[in-house]
Amino acid sequence: MKLPDLTELALRNLRESVLRNSLTTIGISVGVASLVAMLSLGTGLQQLFSQRLAKSGLFDTVFVSSRRDLRGMGREEERKGPTPGESRVLDEPARQEIERLPNVKEAYPDIRFVTELRYDDKPHLTMISALPLSAKSNDAFDGMQGGFFSSDTAAEAILQKSFAEELLGKIPPLGAPEPNVAELAKPLLGKELTMRYAQRQAAPAPQPPLRASEATSADDSIAGAAYSVVSREQKLRIVGISDLDPETMRGPTRAKVFLPLRLAESLHVMQPTDLREISRAATDQPVYASISVRIKNPAQVQVVEEAIKKMGFNTFSILDASNSLRQVFRVLYAFLGIFGSLALAVASIGIVNTLVMAILERRREIGIMKAIGASDGDVKKLFFAEAGAMGILGGIVGVFLGWAIGQVINFGTNIWLKSQSLPPEHFWAVPLWLVGFSIGFAFLVSLVSGLYPAARAAKLDPVQALRYE
Amino acid sequence: MTTAPVISAARGTIAIRSENLCRHYRMGETLIRAVDGVSLEVRAGEFVALLGSSGSGKSSVLNLIAGLDRPTSGSVIVQDRDLAKLSREELAKYRLHVVGMVFQSFNLIASMTLAENVELPLRFAEVDRSKRVSLAREALERVGLRARMDHRPSELSGGEQQRAALARALINRPQLLLADEPTGNLDSHTGTEIMDMVREFNEQLGMTVVMVTHERALAERYAQRMIFLADGKLIDDRANVPTATTAGVPGGRA
Repeated sequence: MKLPDLTELALRNLRESVLRNSLTTIGISVGVASLVAMLSLGTGLQQLFSQRLAKSGLFDTVFVSSRRDLRGMGREEERKGPTPGESRVLDEPARQEIERLPNVKEAYPDIRFVTELRYDDKPHLTMISALPLSAKSNDAFDGMQGGFFSSDTAAEAILQKSFAEELLGKIPPLGAPEPNVAELAKPLLGKELTMRYAQRQAAPAPQPPLRASEATSADDSIAGAAYSVVSREQKLRIVGISDLDPETMRGPTRAKVFLPLRLAESLHVMQPTDLREISRAATDQPVYASISVRIKNPAQVQVVEEAIKKMGFNTFSILDASNSLRQVFRVLYAFLGIFGSLALAVASIGIVNTLVMAILERRREIGIMKAIGASDGDVKKLFFAEAGAMGILGGIVGVFLGWAIGQVINFGTNIWLKSQSLPPEHFWAVPLWLVGFSIGFAFLVSLVSGLYPAARAAKLDPVQALRYE
Repeated sequence: MTTAPVISAARGTIAIRSENLCRHYRMGETLIRAVDGVSLEVRAGEFVALLGSSGSGKSSVLNLIAGLDRPTSGSVIVQDRDLAKLSREELAKYRLHVVGMVFQSFNLIASMTLAENVELPLRFAEVDRSKRVSLAREALERVGLRARMDHRPSELSGGEQQRAALARALINRPQLLLADEPTGNLDSHTGTEIMDMVREFNEQLGMTVVMVTHERALAERYAQRMIFLADGKLIDDRANVPTATTAGVPGGRA
């Protein structure tokens, strides 16, 4: 029998006992709905995380460090490349070279230091870090009070909420609800902080060495230079209090006060790396502990990483970390999928039951069809088609149902989020592939369920079937 | 009538031959010999009646000729096909293309209209839809049911249902028409109507007809030959002497 004929006959047969077949189909759609609900939750959560990570600027960022900091941990490239002592210094020329690489949006040094801030004549010791203007789009500044830096060189500061609490002496006891960021911001915005820091200043070069042989290499000319460290003060105006922590990834070294990047650079604050290179760099040219490289397109991260590695530096990107994140989501997916499929498995038993009942009811009809020339294959295909039609119909209804369930739960959760004064989230997604997959899966399951009934119907003896009343 | 007779076997050649045909089956402890060594020959274009009381094995013989059942031993050869040696698939093809069947209880599918019932064999034969529709219409016209083609069987009288069943048996232009008590559920007037139609197919289309019946009068009136069965055995096989009622029927016999 041809496919259109099969489909037509199958649908007609389904209509004949409409109640029973509808109930079976509803069973399938509930199964599909639970599958769709589970998997769309998984997909939605993954999208939410990915968006968060992309917005945090971590996905398109490569962290570059020098091998000279001896933190390569014996990685492969470490062993192949030059020894740490011979490898390049991560200084300003290196930064500019990295910035000129294709696909690089910007490369900015990671300037961070621990220093003392005075507010209200009280000293506070904290980690300070510099941010480029592009960090404005960072997710962490979404719920910020006040505003971002007015320019890259402005004498301004943004505080993390916990530091604002410290300045106001309002550190909440453990377990107590955190104070609202708006309340913290009110007395602080526009106020001044005084930052004390150690400036690194180049000293005039000492007399050139007497013996010519000692001045043959450029290195040695620098090695002979000197610099001094001077204590300085800088006034900073508080322009913003951030609710979230922009540096959660950094763990214990995360900063609580942020300065505009160019301002921080111009201060020539003594960096921990300066100590490492104490015997070498004596110029005004700073040496960086690490450089953050922003990539134009996250897909190019690996290419840029390779290029930077070739220059002789160590790199790290969240891409390496996201691989394990993807692994976690794969496991989550499998779990959600298995739970979602359980209902579908139950529904498939319903299909078997319905079709076996249909064989008993339509025994005579099967006998007639065989008597007038239907082959075993025709009968088998007809039952398959009926199972398949129930599967596809159930799948379509189920996808819609699953989508609706998701919408309702999403809606409900957002009401709850709103009552907790949190921003609404969209953690539910039914992508097109999930729609196709669910309907296809329901079809497949129904065909498998149809295997036994179809084989049984095909094997019916026509003489006995015709005798059946 | 536009339905052209499609008869491959020449009139008079052997259409059906059975040799020592047996169909035994077990029912509990007892072995039932439904057909027990039947040997017969039916010529192409013949109208044969299988007669016998109930349980004589006449329907079982018909089912074996129809390819609905397989012999326990012996052979049944229809137009050079040994049915016992055909696969299930080949038997289905044989039923589809060579045999047309009508039954006592009409056996139309209740959920389908007459037109759909009639064209059902064509679906199994994978005939195109447009051709199916015109063939079904033609066949229904032949049995005078053109106007009722969109009705369901339950809306029709028994005679009309049997006529529809005849149209269905005819649709694939088979060479063999097998009828199992075709008038058993009909009053004598409609029974005559149906039998006249069967005779018409036999005479005008040259179809070989084997009819099972327990009504001797009906056999005498329409069949050219009567084969009597009892307890699964053939007990008599004789040519029918036309009675007064059939003498004036047009269309000579071979």
